Amino acid sequence: MPEKLITEEKRVFMTGNEVCAWAAIAAGAQIMYGYPITPQNEIMHYWTRLAPKHGLKFLQTEDELSAGFTTCGGVMAGLKAFTATAGPGNVLMQEPFSMAEAMRLPIVSIIQQRGGPSTATVIYSQQEVSLTTFGGNGEGLRIVYSTATHQELFDYTIKAFQVSWKYRFPTFVLGDGYQAKMRESLTIYDPEQKGIKFEPATKYVGQPGTPGVDREPGHYRNTYNVEEELYEVLQGYFADYAKMAEEVAEYQAFDTEDADVVVLSHGVVSRGAKEAVEMLRKEGKKVGYFRPITLRPLPEKQLKELAAKAKKLVIVESAQGQFAKLIKDVIFGATCEIVPFFKPGVGITTDEIYAKVNEVL
Amino acid sequence: MSVVQPAMPKSWRPESKPHKFCPGCGHGLVLKALGEAIDELGIQDRVVFGCDIGCSLLSWDFFNVDSVQTHHGRTTPVMTGIKRANPDLITIAYMGDGGGYAIGSQHLVNAAARNERITVILALNCVYAMTGGQMAPTTLPGMKAETAPYGRDVELTGAPTQGPEMVAAIAGEGAYVARGTTANLRQLKGYIKKALQNQMDGKGFSFVEALSACPTNWRTNAEKTWAFVEKEMPKYFKVGEKKVPGAEQKEGQ
Ligand SMILES: Cc1ncc(C[n+]2csc(CCOP(=O)(O)OP(=O)(O)O)c2C)c(N)n1
Ligand code: SF4
Repeated sequence: MPEKLITEEKRVFMTGNEVCAWAAIAAGAQIMYGYPITPQNEIMHYWTRLAPKHGLKFLQTEDELSAGFTTCGGVMAGLKAFTATAGPGNVLMQEPFSMAEAMRLPIVSIIQQRGGPSTATVIYSQQEVSLTTFGGNGEGLRIVYSTATHQELFDYTIKAFQVSWKYRFPTFVLGDGYQAKMRESLTIYDPEQKGIKFEPATKYVGQPGTPGVDREPGHYRNTYNVEEELYEVLQGYFADYAKMAEEVAEYQAFDTEDADVVVLSHGVVSRGAKEAVEMLRKEGKKVGYFRPITLRPLPEKQLKELAAKAKKLVIVESAQGQFAKLIKDVIFGATCEIVPFFKPGVGITTDEIYAKVNEVL
Repeated sequence: MSVVQPAMPKSWRPESKPHKFCPGCGHGLVLKALGEAIDELGIQDRVVFGCDIGCSLLSWDFFNVDSVQTHHGRTTPVMTGIKRANPDLITIAYMGDGGGYAIGSQHLVNAAARNERITVILALNCVYAMTGGQMAPTTLPGMKAETAPYGRDVELTGAPTQGPEMVAAIAGEGAYVARGTTANLRQLKGYIKKALQNQMDGKGFSFVEALSACPTNWRTNAEKTWAFVEKEMPKYFKVGEKKVPGAEQKEGQ
């Protein structure tokens, strides 16, 4: 038996990418398929250092198309498989991610967003929101967690392996370059000791017995002969997705009850937003904080309530409205004013958010 | 009067027969050779069959084996992923010349270079068939296709891809590479069997190209179809084994 990676709760100080590799192992990931791209490289680096000690596997593929498709293959063979990428790599992986949607493959992917469009910067952005939530040639049947801290990178990477196998939709941990590269303290733990239950990985192919003799063969496809056939399959998928959405959607909020202005953000930006709202509240201003943790599916009910109550929603993001688009779509029809605060590809500080909210109060 | 039916390979799925290829198509013959090879090796319980987009996708439920139909050109990495995750399975990537030599060439090259323990079987019909007969990397010089209406000009478009020769040159020790033809099914089956045995032995990458017919897009009758497969194609694409583990390179047998 390979030694267990984490045997007791422990305070550690590490980079986000290192956190992801540890979390994947803690969650029972068995194989990683990957292709280098900054800022996610160290996930592979740590994985390849840790994996052999725990009987785990790794394959470096020729490109991201291949990394995505080999991950699909790994899952079909019945292993908890994952990959990680960023930016242009995320663009290439949309093709395999689409297949994962089509075949309901529980692949897990960690996305550490970098600047865009295209190669842009290797540092930071929140510009992979549209791509990660709706990037394929389909309806975006995915689960996307947007993390803000290293603790969340650890918790939600573990959760990604849990929910993907439970609901069979491709699942993403959407981090960013800041989270990937900076060091921060967090508590790591063995999920088992916390009572976290994982679905067993089951095989899509290679079950015991001879197909056609002892059992039905597993025939998986993503091509259909006629429109109606696809339509019917998709109706089932939509129903499953809607049912799952209520169980999976997560958010954080405070001081929204009596707020005239609510600051909406996600990911790392919400750290600054949180502080700014706390400062404004201390000054007696009616400001609230709301942050979806799942960008797909969104906590729709809560967002609608929010939009019905508040006078203004300040939407803050390091992109030119990708997150805002998701929100607007959900709250369609609400009469509250939307105040954009967009800084594509650059970080946003507490002071900037504080000043912006003060300006519109 | 009873009609004598030719026996189907055991590993074929009778429920999905008659198959969906056009009459006279080469795909059915390649899949027959593959089915018999699976039967004779007794591996139906271990095989995972992957097919591509292109006419090969019509084989998605062809066999009583677990099957995955994936995207245009991506069958090789999907089968690689399965094999890496569970080396006990025997994974077969089945594709056309467009899927293997154009859009999916980077995967073929890299799977060969890494000596992945998978088997790739590629049906070469000199065209992109499913999309209506456009020029493929393997369209013969002077041959007409929808996107080469005056015949392929190698000055403009290069010469036909020599797949097995390329794979043989880059694959490592232990790889098995051959080119067969639907005009000689017994030989083709032998190559496919060796290619599968090579994977079972864990020696290295194995690759079989099969010269195959597409009467629909060639717009040929039975006689002309056979003449093209038997006489024209082998002029450019030499049938034979290109790389055999532990043996001298053999050709033309
Ligand atoms: C990314 C992508 N590009 C293009 C297509 C359209 N397409 C479908 S089949 C095909 C050609 C297939 O030709 P080949 O691989 O030679 O197989 P054949 O049909 O000849 O058996 C193409 C280009 C596609 N499905 N996906
Ligand atoms: S179009 Fe050509 S390759 Fe496709 S099924 Fe018909 S004959 Fe076969």
